Amino acid sequence: MRSAGRSRPASFGLRWGVFVGAVVVWQFAVRLIAEDKREFFPPPTEIGRRIVHLWFGGPADHLFLTHTATGNILPSLARMLGGWAGAVVVGISLGLLLGRSERAHDYVEPLIHFFRALPPPALVPVFIILFKLTNTMRVAVIVFGVTWPIVLNAIEGARSVEPVLLETARVFRLGPMERLRRIILPAAGPKIFAGLRVSLSMALILMVVSETIGSFDGIGYSLYQAKQSYLLPDMWAWIVLLGFLGYAFNTTLLWAERRALAWHRGARGVE
Amino acid sequence: MESSVVESEVDAPAGSPDDTVVTGPARQGRSRATRGVRGAIGVLAFLVIWEIIGRAGIVDRTFLPPSSDVLWRLVTLFGDGGFLQDIAATLMAWGSGLLISTLIAVPAGLLLGSLPGINSAVRVLVEFLRPIPGVALIPLALLVIPDQADLERSLAVYASMWPIMINAVYAVGEVDPVARDMAKCFGVGRLGMLTRVALPSVAPFIATGVRVASGIALIVIVSTELIAGGGEHGLGMFIVNASADAEHGDLLYAGVAAVGLLGFVLDVLMRQGERRLFRWHYARQEGSR
Repeated sequence: MRSAGRSRPASFGLRWGVFVGAVVVWQFAVRLIAEDKREFFPPPTEIGRRIVHLWFGGPADHLFLTHTATGNILPSLARMLGGWAGAVVVGISLGLLLGRSERAHDYVEPLIHFFRALPPPALVPVFIILFKLTNTMRVAVIVFGVTWPIVLNAIEGARSVEPVLLETARVFRLGPMERLRRIILPAAGPKIFAGLRVSLSMALILMVVSETIGSFDGIGYSLYQAKQSYLLPDMWAWIVLLGFLGYAFNTTLLWAERRALAWHRGARGVE
Repeated sequence: MESSVVESEVDAPAGSPDDTVVTGPARQGRSRATRGVRGAIGVLAFLVIWEIIGRAGIVDRTFLPPSSDVLWRLVTLFGDGGFLQDIAATLMAWGSGLLISTLIAVPAGLLLGSLPGINSAVRVLVEFLRPIPGVALIPLALLVIPDQADLERSLAVYASMWPIMINAVYAVGEVDPVARDMAKCFGVGRLGMLTRVALPSVAPFIATGVRVASGIALIVIVSTELIAGGGEHGLGMFIVNASADAEHGDLLYAGVAAVGLLGFVLDVLMRQGERRLFRWHYARQEGSR
């Protein structure tokens, strides 16, 4: 974008400078909070101590991670990324298909818009009835909940293919797989990535919501356990972890997008 | 890096990622009526398949009641005062939350967009705060905010603020410099610049941000109602209570269908509002496509 005139190191310094500054301000600002609410907002140093104690106090042969860390964070990540991966496969294939066939798209359009507008957490009770309190239920909630933004964006992307390109492909007698790989996918790429980003942050939300009900492990479970036991610094530790995960996933996806779509930026003459 | 984050996260009206409602007149090989009929056939087919699965007992009927039962239940629910109160409570939380977050996020976004120095610093903070999912804050909010309506509203404001703010920041950069210079040439003053050049250019972007925020607000409110469940009314509460009633699966499905319908209707209304209010904006885009 236009404003990107600053050099990389400067921007890096600014980014973390502001972050550290905000944490310091937080450390001192908690003293201004009214007495009766202060316990709800522990200072960052206390949260930091809890984080170290909760997750990093493990034995050396366990990579110094505690069982609390591996036993809750790993299952959550597996559910979330597994569900998201399923939604990516279903969403992209369905979306490209519907984007290339107007007739098929007409038949399912209202249904897709209905499912997309349905707030996915509302589906958790339905999936509990269908799959009981199992891992399948949690993954199914995530798959169903995050497929629709991918489908809709893939449809848009597949429609935005230049007709001239398709005609050229016909002239060169490219098979359907070749056409998909070399023309449709690249053209739909930017839109598809936009959908992937929306769905990834939604998957994080659904992971938490699905783990709050009838679960025995996971980040969402631990978060609510901490709340029930009134362990406020623990609760904050899990909140910080969720924020970190959201940030890390988004950054990774942006990085992947920049690599996959490098040609796109070049073609548009951006940067 | 930071700039690309904003660029790619903006849900600009131009290429609003999930805007599939519009199809350019050029590729319209079939009429609106044909599309409407086909859509209706699709919905009907979905309901019939669901009905067959429910009746044939492929899935236990208490787990998946046939669609006719659910639809009938939904119709009768609309004559039920308690259920209407649930809808009203959820709608109130949604509306007031969205209004407050718009009132905060639009001025903040416009200000940040016009002050590049502060913008880059604040943008870093936004970048760190934004990924914290609203649902992660539900347990904290449950402890701090005793009142159910306040609780839902606050979480909705937190979660729905970001898309509006980011779109507003982005929109400021999109004001056509030529139009600005032209207005200057014609002696348009500061106020005129704001009302006649900046606002018309910025408003469609903000409206798109508000539409995205509206969906997010509804998700957060329903989640809060589902998880907190302590309040008196709300569609999420209705769903929780219905799911406890194992005998009547149709009640649960009707509740979920009602939430879906609410989300669908709100989305359609906001899209149409956008099209109607900013017709010139979309006309210009379709022309340039």
